[in-house]
Amino acid sequence: MSTTAVPDVAVAPVDEGFWTRTRKVGVVLLALGLLATVLFGALATGEQARFTLSEDAAGAALEVNGTVGAIVFGLITLAAGGAMLARLPKRWFMPLLAVGLVAFVLSFLCWQVSAAPAGQNFMPLVNIVRGTFLLALPLIFGSLAGVLCERSGVVNVAIEGQLLMGAFSGALFGSISGSVWVGLLAAAIGGSFISLLLAVFSIRYLVDQVVMGIVLNLLALGITGFLYERLMQTDPTRYNSAPRFSNWEIPLLSDIPVLGPALFRGNIFLYLALLLVLVIHIALFRTRWGLRTRSVGEHPTAADTLGVKVLGLRYRNVIMAGAVAGIGGASYTLALFSFTKNMIGGKGFIALAALIFGRWSPTGALLAALFFGFADQLATYLGAINSIIPGQFLAMLPYLATILAVAGLVGRVRAPAADGKPYIKG
Amino acid sequence: MEPGEIHALLGENGAGKSTLMNVLYGLYQPDEGEILVDGKPLKLRGPSDAIAAGIGMVHQHFMLVPVFTVTENIMLGAEQVRGGIAGFLDRRRARREVAEVSQRYNLRVDPDAVIEDLPVGVQQRVEIVKALTRDVDLLILDEPTAVLTPQETEELLTVMRSLKAAGKSIVFITHKLGEVKAIADRITVIRRGRTVGTASPEASRDELAALMVGRSVRLTVDKAPATPGEPVLEVSGLIVDDDRQVRAVDGVDLTVRAGEVLGIAGVQGNGQTELIEAIMGLRPALAGTVALEGRRIDGWPTKKVLRAGVGYVPEDRSVDGVVKEFTVAENLVLDIYDRPPFGRGLSLRPDAIATSASERIEQFDVRTSSAQAPVGTLSGGNQQKVIVARELSRPLKLFIAAQPTRGVDVGSIEFIHSQVIRERDIGTAVLVVSSELDEVIGLADRIAVMYRGRIIGIVGPDTPREEIGLLMAGITPDGPGSEDEKA
Amino acid sequence: MTNPNPEPDSSAAGPAGTGSPDKAPASEEQATETAIGNTERAEAATTPSAAQEPRPTLGRLFLENLWAANTFTVTLLSLVLAMIVGAVLMIVSDPDVLATYAYITARPSDAINGSWTLVSEAYANLFKGSVFDPGATTLNAALSPISETLTYTAPLVFTGLSVALAFRGGLFNIGAQGQATMGVILAALAGFLLPLPPGLHLLVAVLAGALGGAVWGFIPGILKARTGAHEVINTIMLNYISVYFLTWLIVQNGVQDPNRTDAISRSVDASAQLPRLFGDGLRAHVGIILAVLATWAVAWLLNRSTLGFELRAVGANPDAARTAGMSVTRTYVLIMVFAGALAGLGGSQMVLGTTAAALTPLVIAQIGFDGILVALLGRVKPWGVALAALLFGALQAGGNRMQSYSGISLELVTVLQALIVIFIAAPALVKAIFQLRAARAARLQTSLAKGW
Repeated sequence: MSTTAVPDVAVAPVDEGFWTRTRKVGVVLLALGLLATVLFGALATGEQARFTLSEDAAGAALEVNGTVGAIVFGLITLAAGGAMLARLPKRWFMPLLAVGLVAFVLSFLCWQVSAAPAGQNFMPLVNIVRGTFLLALPLIFGSLAGVLCERSGVVNVAIEGQLLMGAFSGALFGSISGSVWVGLLAAAIGGSFISLLLAVFSIRYLVDQVVMGIVLNLLALGITGFLYERLMQTDPTRYNSAPRFSNWEIPLLSDIPVLGPALFRGNIFLYLALLLVLVIHIALFRTRWGLRTRSVGEHPTAADTLGVKVLGLRYRNVIMAGAVAGIGGASYTLALFSFTKNMIGGKGFIALAALIFGRWSPTGALLAALFFGFADQLATYLGAINSIIPGQFLAMLPYLATILAVAGLVGRVRAPAADGKPYIKG
Repeated sequence: MEPGEIHALLGENGAGKSTLMNVLYGLYQPDEGEILVDGKPLKLRGPSDAIAAGIGMVHQHFMLVPVFTVTENIMLGAEQVRGGIAGFLDRRRARREVAEVSQRYNLRVDPDAVIEDLPVGVQQRVEIVKALTRDVDLLILDEPTAVLTPQETEELLTVMRSLKAAGKSIVFITHKLGEVKAIADRITVIRRGRTVGTASPEASRDELAALMVGRSVRLTVDKAPATPGEPVLEVSGLIVDDDRQVRAVDGVDLTVRAGEVLGIAGVQGNGQTELIEAIMGLRPALAGTVALEGRRIDGWPTKKVLRAGVGYVPEDRSVDGVVKEFTVAENLVLDIYDRPPFGRGLSLRPDAIATSASERIEQFDVRTSSAQAPVGTLSGGNQQKVIVARELSRPLKLFIAAQPTRGVDVGSIEFIHSQVIRERDIGTAVLVVSSELDEVIGLADRIAVMYRGRIIGIVGPDTPREEIGLLMAGITPDGPGSEDEKA
Repeated sequence: MTNPNPEPDSSAAGPAGTGSPDKAPASEEQATETAIGNTERAEAATTPSAAQEPRPTLGRLFLENLWAANTFTVTLLSLVLAMIVGAVLMIVSDPDVLATYAYITARPSDAINGSWTLVSEAYANLFKGSVFDPGATTLNAALSPISETLTYTAPLVFTGLSVALAFRGGLFNIGAQGQATMGVILAALAGFLLPLPPGLHLLVAVLAGALGGAVWGFIPGILKARTGAHEVINTIMLNYISVYFLTWLIVQNGVQDPNRTDAISRSVDASAQLPRLFGDGLRAHVGIILAVLATWAVAWLLNRSTLGFELRAVGANPDAARTAGMSVTRTYVLIMVFAGALAGLGGSQMVLGTTAAALTPLVIAQIGFDGILVALLGRVKPWGVALAALLFGALQAGGNRMQSYSGISLELVTVLQALIVIFIAAPALVKAIFQLRAARAARLQTSLAKGW
């Protein structure tokens, strides 16, 4: 069961009238479909657009004529939009929306791939999927940290700082000890440190949680930047050369086409992220801890009258969230890069966006993170084939999507009722 | 408390009943004194201790998580779990338990319904089931009837009797004398945080009322007969939805004339709030018209309605009435700050605001240390006087007062009532909404009874209470319960 | 955060500046706190509770409040605490000094002396870079620290006011960063694309900056008013959208510097640049005067205008404001437009002033986020914000010198700024650490955001 399925009480009185949500979305889909059919269809070339099931141009591939593909998928989007306007039952809304959007993206890809410079009319799906997950990794950890905090009623704007601190302590202590595991532990502790500050100041000293989050991001940026310049830059071999986790291949699963090489030859962080999504999802909706956590985030007074220790639970969850985000930060420094100043570069805020876009649920956050990761990966790919679509605009996509989501254009999102409100007894 | 006893705790608003019970439930810590259970002193460090000691409580504002199901709410804090430390919820067992308890005490609830979809009366049942599944011996009900219709109240009393028969003790907190007399075995009256007496249910209403307020209350207001003039407010066919898009006002027609007080009586939540908000332009009307002296004002923004000569005392003082952080002076000009002499163009005249404030404070007997004190530092009664002063200090055609004396001390009540009558006597049309029937009877020249979004009867102030009470329950003389099919 | 380095001190001829012509207070920090303390005392004196007691003399009041947890004391002690933490960071990150701690029981003097030298030199440089350098031999050199401080202060005043104004209206504007970004973009475009005469060109460029910010503030404002979408989320998102827009725009034809391949735009024409205050050798520019004017204007708006009354009422209790006939939605939109325009003005100074003349991806540094800290430190009161901006400007200016002379990374300034705000946001903590008495009026009102 999921609380997001509950019918919503509008935040502000919105005059529904003729323009119901379904109608609005239907019209948007129609417009997108028209755009895809006409514009993408016209711009696409007759080249075969090949979606190869490998990391390069070689091997088996799904092929489609660029123009045909762009037009057909555009028509599918049009059809989805039309169906939505035809007053189908409510349960058709999400499937139709999904079909419409996916077809739109495919139409776009047919155009882009077919219009790429000669010899580059292919899209290596393995690379794309792997890149998507790789880029989504810190977002998944970050948004899970958000879920843990906000489900128990503490707004976590400090995800950026927690990721950064985790990345930094992972690199520093991993380098000093020479052990990835020490690094991983240190990363979790580093993230929890920022979380602890968030918890103490917002729960005990009742400082506004958003204010505290913003300040903590700056604090983390300052401390890591300062120590980076003082220690890591002066002596990189000693302080900034952490060992890396190697990739683990999972037998059998890694032989699945596309998904196998993309997902099951990854590093520990990828597996950990997927496992955490599953564990937190089950824990949140199936266990005593989850029930209490959600009650504390929705109606702490009610929870208190039933003997739930509101503040203790909040402390515990916020600190756990920091550990999760800290590990997410280490997915950079203990697997991919050495530490650099401000290396998270706003990923924490995209994680926040993923949390909201995913409606405060672990699985929703995972899907949102993957969507954002895909947009990011697509930007890289389009850059590589010299597309006329600027990468910066694709990079804006997560933020735009979130604005549309909170504005109620893509289904209303509702935060836990007590999110951001300190609990004061009596 | 004896086992199987219903003990009523009677007292005015703010007498300390709820605080006492919150201490008993472990939510607040006592500064002094001790609690004895079965002759042993009990130290309650929190609600869990109280639950362990067999004390359960149904709070005035329900303690239910709105987005949870009934079962989830009931199991919270006392979860049945499987799987060791993982603590997986055993929903099936919990659901069975809910079904069992609700059957045993005849409290019908759907274990899988989501709380926010349930009507208030059912939510209260969930609260009672929640307490019963915890095996309480003592159940505290804090103002349980405040939000109930007479029928629901009657049902609740039946439930209480069956609980009593099952050997449970009940503390019943209320300020309604009738219910106390109907059900209590013993009555304790509380005033200003002290026990001022105990009584048996045989005591007369007047005796109990006198104990409660400390002196004989005048339930009537001194006033001359009204001399109604031309119609000022005319509402016809008004339909309004509440926040959850549920029909709240369902075709209301009413007229208020110059120089008369029309009182709207009714159990809270029958559309009174939405009706007034629609008249004030605070809530959109879906159909119907509102006219002020023949001019249609429906669809006008609130500012324009106020400027047309309507004064408005909102029912929820601290939410809608005052800005607590603002000074008394600022609150006194909250709706005319941009009009001369207080504001000219873009600039504000603090000295004009201050001068006018000291006059109003004097005239309306507002007890404050200074005009520059934040309104939040004033008592409820004085905050209410600030609002009344603000609204009555401009020339009005229509004065609307919703729950004008809720949570206000006796002295302020008398003062506010006299101001309402004074306003009537200078020829203003007055509309008073109150869930206190006595207040409506005391103030009104005509009484309209509202039930499920409709005016189901308009009667004179001399109509017997019982008759009005029946109307409030939706029972009209010509067709009892005919409105119920609407539900 | 990378701050553009200050221009090197020019050692132009001039008399030794022992007595600076500015009536500069002993230190910026002290000036800030004294002033904040003054307003606080003034308030305490006018509160009604004080009216009933015999009114104490100002002197007695001063002594009474000195060790009470009032704004003045809390701010001062927060600064002290932040500097102590900063000192610890400096010591633990200095391998040489840290090494002396290995034998601290044997020869404690090494550790103590080493630490003291390190920390005192760093903080001395912080002071010399921001207020006054006793070693200065020329007038320009003597004025240079103040000039640097004012240069960094000016944009922070604007972003701080932006955040503070929104706060008073009940909105949390985290988007000052994005609004400043849009401001800097439009100001720069107007600065190098429009061929206008001097004077008018500057005016147009400044207004373009305000417009850019206003548009970027309007979006979350209208979304909040129309759909109830929380402004915190939307402003965060808009911050990043503006950054990507900037990085895209810089490399477009007609915008990018034709002689460069990296991400830098053309330079703003001289006719659109803010004039300097103390001649070409010093960087202080007219922006600081605009900042003072803006502070005055915001103070008037908040306290002496009908719009401000409405804004404060909506901020404190939107339901009551609505019931009293105010249009809450219209006010929300107005607040965000004003706040955006202020932040846009702050952003425009980053290319029209002396810090830079061309757009780069990091052209506005962190002035938007710093503005949040400045607003909080200034207790969301206009003049408090201006003084807080002065303190932050001084820390920036001094931080530059600390970096080049003591080799202490500029990042330490970020740490200090964040710590100061953490401490002042939790006066109870500072009170507990220093065992202060409870003061009459010392609550910081930061609890304005209402969750999502």
